[in-house]
Amino acid sequence: MAFTVRVQEADFDVGAETAALRADDARIGAVASFIGLVRDRNDGSGVSEMALEHYPGMTEKALESIVAEARGRWELYGATVIHRVGVLQPTDQIVFVAVSSAHRGEAFAACEFIMDYLKTRAPFWKREVTPEGARWVDAREADDCAAARWQ
Amino acid sequence: MIKILYFASLREKLGTAGEDLELPAGVADVGGVLAMLAERGGEWATLASVRNLKCAVNQEMARSNTPVKDADEIAFFPPVTGG
Repeated sequence: MAFTVRVQEADFDVGAETAALRADDARIGAVASFIGLVRDRNDGSGVSEMALEHYPGMTEKALESIVAEARGRWELYGATVIHRVGVLQPTDQIVFVAVSSAHRGEAFAACEFIMDYLKTRAPFWKREVTPEGARWVDAREADDCAAARWQ
Repeated sequence: MIKILYFASLREKLGTAGEDLELPAGVADVGGVLAMLAERGGEWATLASVRNLKCAVNQEMARSNTPVKDADEIAFFPPVTGG
């Protein structure tokens, strides 16, 4: 499948996903990808664990709609978006976005666009465990600004 | 009946993940549903003043003036923090 969106608890294999995205499509001259990871620090506190909650059904629709919007803006041959949910530890992979196109310009732009929109439009919520206790992660204004520059 | 869902910090604060409710006559949009819930008092009364409260109707992002009708799924949640 050239355009794939998945929400899953399981980890993902970046090499296998990238190979699947390319899948013998000789039109592809560029693949740009992004991997989001769990950090061990946030807002001045140590983070020992992170739980990701989502809105089943709406999440998949929101991601599909973001990919569709990217396809409307750039000529893409494929895109893969994988977002994990459940309990994760520092260094774990959270999200994978990869985009294929003829040239790097479209691939870089579409990859960043998908991440910026995912951050502000896809219904995921992070809850992190710190030495001071568990807390819900606050949305960042910088993420809204990053998404707004594509409008 | 309408289905209402609450997520993340809102779910914790309200102590419930969701409920099915009869849509009363006269309640026609998301703002009306919020006002109806706020009338319960306690934590519910603070719903209308939650900073940056987000909502969705039938799994599409919605606003206070988005219409609601019988059998709709309405969700309330804080700003998203995935990625």
